[in-house]
Amino acid sequence: MKKMINLTINNIPVCVPEGTTILQAAKQANIEIPSLCYLKDVNCIGSCRVCVVEVVGRRGLVASCVYPVEEGMKVLTNTPAVRKSRKTTIELILSTHHKKCLSCVRGNNCELQKLSYDYGIDEDRFKGEEPIYEIDKSTPCVVRDNNKCINCLRCVATCNNIQTIGAIGQIRRGFDVHIGSPFETGLGTTDCVGCGQCIVACPVGALYEKSNIDEVWDAISDPNKKVIFFTAPSIAATLGECFSMPVGTNVEGKMVTAIKMLGDVEVFNMNLTADLTIVEEANELIQRVSTAKPLPMFTSCCPGWIQFVEHNYPELIPNLSSCKSPQQMFGAVLKSYYCQKNNIDPKDLYVVSVIPCTAKKFETARDEMYNQGIADVDVAITTRELSRMIKGAGITFTSLPDTEFDSPFALASGAAAIFGATGGVMEAALRTAANLLDGTNEKVEFMDVRGTSGIKEATYRINGTDVDVCVASGLGNARKVIEMIKSGQKKYLFVEIMACPGGCVNGGGQPVQSDSVRNYTELKATRAGVLYNADSEGELRKSHENPIIKTLYDEYFEAPGKAKAHALLHTTYQSRK
Amino acid sequence: MATETKSTFRGTPKQERELKKVIEKYKKIPGGLMPVLQEAQAIYGYLPVEVQKIIADGMGIHLSEVYGVATFYSQFSLTPKGEHIISVCLGTACYVKGADKILEAIEEELGIKSGECTADGMFSIEACRCLGACGLAPVMTVDGEVYGKCTPESAVEIIRSYMDKED
Repeated sequence: MKKMINLTINNIPVCVPEGTTILQAAKQANIEIPSLCYLKDVNCIGSCRVCVVEVVGRRGLVASCVYPVEEGMKVLTNTPAVRKSRKTTIELILSTHHKKCLSCVRGNNCELQKLSYDYGIDEDRFKGEEPIYEIDKSTPCVVRDNNKCINCLRCVATCNNIQTIGAIGQIRRGFDVHIGSPFETGLGTTDCVGCGQCIVACPVGALYEKSNIDEVWDAISDPNKKVIFFTAPSIAATLGECFSMPVGTNVEGKMVTAIKMLGDVEVFNMNLTADLTIVEEANELIQRVSTAKPLPMFTSCCPGWIQFVEHNYPELIPNLSSCKSPQQMFGAVLKSYYCQKNNIDPKDLYVVSVIPCTAKKFETARDEMYNQGIADVDVAITTRELSRMIKGAGITFTSLPDTEFDSPFALASGAAAIFGATGGVMEAALRTAANLLDGTNEKVEFMDVRGTSGIKEATYRINGTDVDVCVASGLGNARKVIEMIKSGQKKYLFVEIMACPGGCVNGGGQPVQSDSVRNYTELKATRAGVLYNADSEGELRKSHENPIIKTLYDEYFEAPGKAKAHALLHTTYQSRK
Repeated sequence: MATETKSTFRGTPKQERELKKVIEKYKKIPGGLMPVLQEAQAIYGYLPVEVQKIIADGMGIHLSEVYGVATFYSQFSLTPKGEHIISVCLGTACYVKGADKILEAIEEELGIKSGECTADGMFSIEACRCLGACGLAPVMTVDGEVYGKCTPESAVEIIRSYMDKED
């Protein structure tokens, strides 16, 4: 038990565990101290000076995000000195900020803009020199615009400490300080995996995805194209946030309605190919065990993780499942089976994947993801991009009625729904593998692999054998797990890895929630809750029991791992070291 | 995007062995990157991307961190230094006496900017802060030799005299 500390904040008594910062303690008194550089679990460096407060008896103001509470301390968060200091700090930050707020992707969702409003600042009080930086568009995933950057270092902390990639850092000093890749050669020349965690950490509009919205609108208005959208498992759990709905609202029905209102398009359920992935992957695992192929097997649905292996641990490529991700499987199914069945030339089919992810934009463009010169998936857009299309079309999202996904690709299992949360793919695979190996094993819930902790381990007894599994999310955690496996300290049969902490619900393409949400709520768990609810409320909970999957094999793919399935649903990887 | 070093790296295996010894020495010490960078600059004369990569790999840290520290301190140079190092004082006294015009004239004469090195490796130019010779303002130095009361014309003459010495 930690010692409890008593203090007052604006004369309100507060009692918090020792080691708590003033900023955290203030929340107990219903006060949110503003900040820019502080982000819970990510960045705690006390550098922006927006969170300053007065501590009675102490000279000068202190940065509340790093200042620990003390017994009997009297804190004042709203004195004239505090307000003046914060206001000046914000005005100084704005003096070099390119205030192109009208055309900024974060126009209505900018922490700096909000603070400017809250403090009634004069944006022209200090006329700073405005250095012009070239916008870094060197990756297909993430765009960096230093002209909007306020040097809070939340992106750098995310990239270096959470993801352990180190693609960007702080360069030069004083007035010339800026964020960039080493030797300013652009993100595309670094080990950046395009996860986009820097984007969701950014308080302003300095980081955003490379938008593909225009291409999608062009395809929709092209009379020669048949346009198909499909949505990843976690989109229904987060899209509502872009329309000011509470975090944790399932908007699946409204989402389908809204996409159908964008134009003459079909909307399919990507959860279906999550089921297909599980059937292929569970079979691959069983095959690997029986034929002494490399173990542990690592999941392969996350393109950020795949790139991480290709850049850092190419020797582990044989351990990656050869299964394509659900996105790529869906594209392959549409451009083969679906086109043949409906007499469509694959060239005329335009496939739009809606994903919670920026790395998927890279995945669609991989050489391995083309079949005879035709891409499996034409374009991948993020949850945020979809929301902008819906807004641009003038659709009043929150008042929409529900619509079901289009047939024949509508029905999916609960196992597929939970793909969007860390541990979900593992649980889905275990449900199927256990049942395939032992027909009497009907175990559905594998609770040990649930939850938002970065590394989870479990042992399950399946068909008389103990199966050791591990689940990691966040690439720093992935690195830890790999190092433990390489050193022989740990031995697993099957390992699930997602590049983003918490899995796809917290992906780099998801709605950006401000520090005031990320610092005080359990964003990842609340979003994941939507998926686990959808799973437990449904009838169909195992991927291999999905009747559409059975039809796909009966009519086209024959059986998991068979020639056609292998050619279209599996892939290869390449070293990028 | 612009790169800061041109690919003119001519490191020798001997230099690399020396650098790796230095890295071993400081690898485990907190804050060891600074002395490693200092010694690397002593070995190579500057800190090109090739050298920074050896340091990042050897120290087990990201290249972005090495580059961040190397660009933070003005004593570290990312470009090779010339055989003759020209420093033009831009301190207050020299500046008001027209030191900027002197710098411009030298830049034009050599066809490079401050902080750069000529293609033949002969000269590099840097702007420096007060040399403490304000009475002689405007002041420049070549290889540490101080030249006072310069004019753009006399500065160019001085540079040419170094060219002549080489011939």
